[in-house]
Amino acid sequence: MAGKILLEVVTPDKLLLSQQVDEVIAPGSEGEFGVLPGHCHFLSTLRIGELRYRIGDQTNHMAVLWGYAEVTPTKVTIMAEIAEKAEDIDVERAQASFEKAEERLKAGGLPSEVKEAEISLEKARLRKKIADRARKTGH
Amino acid sequence: MPSLQSLRRKIAAFKNTQKITKAMKMVAAAKLKRSQDRILAARPYALKMRGVLSNLSQRVNRASHPLLQKREGKKVEVLVITSDRGLCGGFNGNIARKTSEFVRECEARGMQVNLSIVGRKGRDYFRRRTWPIRQEWTGIFDKLTFEHAIDIGGDLTDHFVKGTFDELHIVYNEFKSAIQQRVIVEKLFPVDTAAEFGAAQAEGTTGGSYFYEPDEAELLNVFIPKHFQTQTFRILLESAAAEHGARMAAMDGATRNAGQLIKKVTLHYNKTRQTAITKELMDIVGGAEALK
Repeated sequence: MAGKILLEVVTPDKLLLSQQVDEVIAPGSEGEFGVLPGHCHFLSTLRIGELRYRIGDQTNHMAVLWGYAEVTPTKVTIMAEIAEKAEDIDVERAQASFEKAEERLKAGGLPSEVKEAEISLEKARLRKKIADRARKTGH
Repeated sequence: MPSLQSLRRKIAAFKNTQKITKAMKMVAAAKLKRSQDRILAARPYALKMRGVLSNLSQRVNRASHPLLQKREGKKVEVLVITSDRGLCGGFNGNIARKTSEFVRECEARGMQVNLSIVGRKGRDYFRRRTWPIRQEWTGIFDKLTFEHAIDIGGDLTDHFVKGTFDELHIVYNEFKSAIQQRVIVEKLFPVDTAAEFGAAQAEGTTGGSYFYEPDEAELLNVFIPKHFQTQTFRILLESAAAEHGARMAAMDGATRNAGQLIKKVTLHYNKTRQTAITKELMDIVGGAEALK
């Protein structure tokens, strides 16, 4: 494989990650896309989803909630509203907000409230999924 | 010669002032720490956004999005970022001076200038001046959130699209270090292309056109307003951090000056006291002599 690609993840709060990696798989708004070194120029919006990046044969997971990705042949920049590494996710909190969102969905209400509940449900589901997977793979 | 009592009062007053300035310095230092963390954390994101936008503006047809337009207009808007509170040294004064200078420059170029102001201090200052104020925001620095940036950034982008102004410059204090601020005039509209951004240009920008997902128009629609909100937020954070830094330095100076004054007046007080004692002694001795 030809070289590595620089992955940078920034959120409004901080520079979360800046690392040379072998492969990046990101949740684009039109579907997941994979990036290897030497990828063509590409700009995409991101949806709520899982960002995976591989260094050697170790794969790392990260939750990404909206944002943008800019891809150049040598660099991937992820500008996310919220991004959390798998190991930083608070599982209990995710579980709690998952249950709360489900309840709110059941209760119904104004369309805007339902929409909000749906979003927080999806956020919580994603956090749980990523945290679970990270635990299974043992890091 | 002032009486001993009035000197004692003076010393007590200075000591009180010193206590206050010392407390203000501590508060500013604590707040500085927090706002410093915030601005340092926000910078990479804002710079990345700017890098991407400058790349974009080179590649896409600028007429394709209202916020990328370059208009040859005569209307300039200057957004002045000041603080809500005083006692922060030259913080607001420097901004006021730079703004006046800049506005006169613009007027000399035949431009018509409007001001928008963030911060109570700037508002109070420019209300007494002749330049028209279009919009003002005060009281946001106590609890600065991204909502404020959405509010201000949204207002500015709306008015740019409506044609209220053709150029927008922001005058603000950049946070360089805890004891150093720099007044900056930054152009937000129209958007400069990558070449004009200079150092902000990201590597690997040459050659090859971008692929967009979703399509270009849609992506620009969400990305560009977001960019302006992010930049506004960054600038507000810069100013907040700089303000606390400036206040800390100013209060540190004030505390030291108060200390010097106390020393001086105490010396004077002691001298006066000793003179009085000597005088009294001489009176007693003189009295005793007379009795002999």
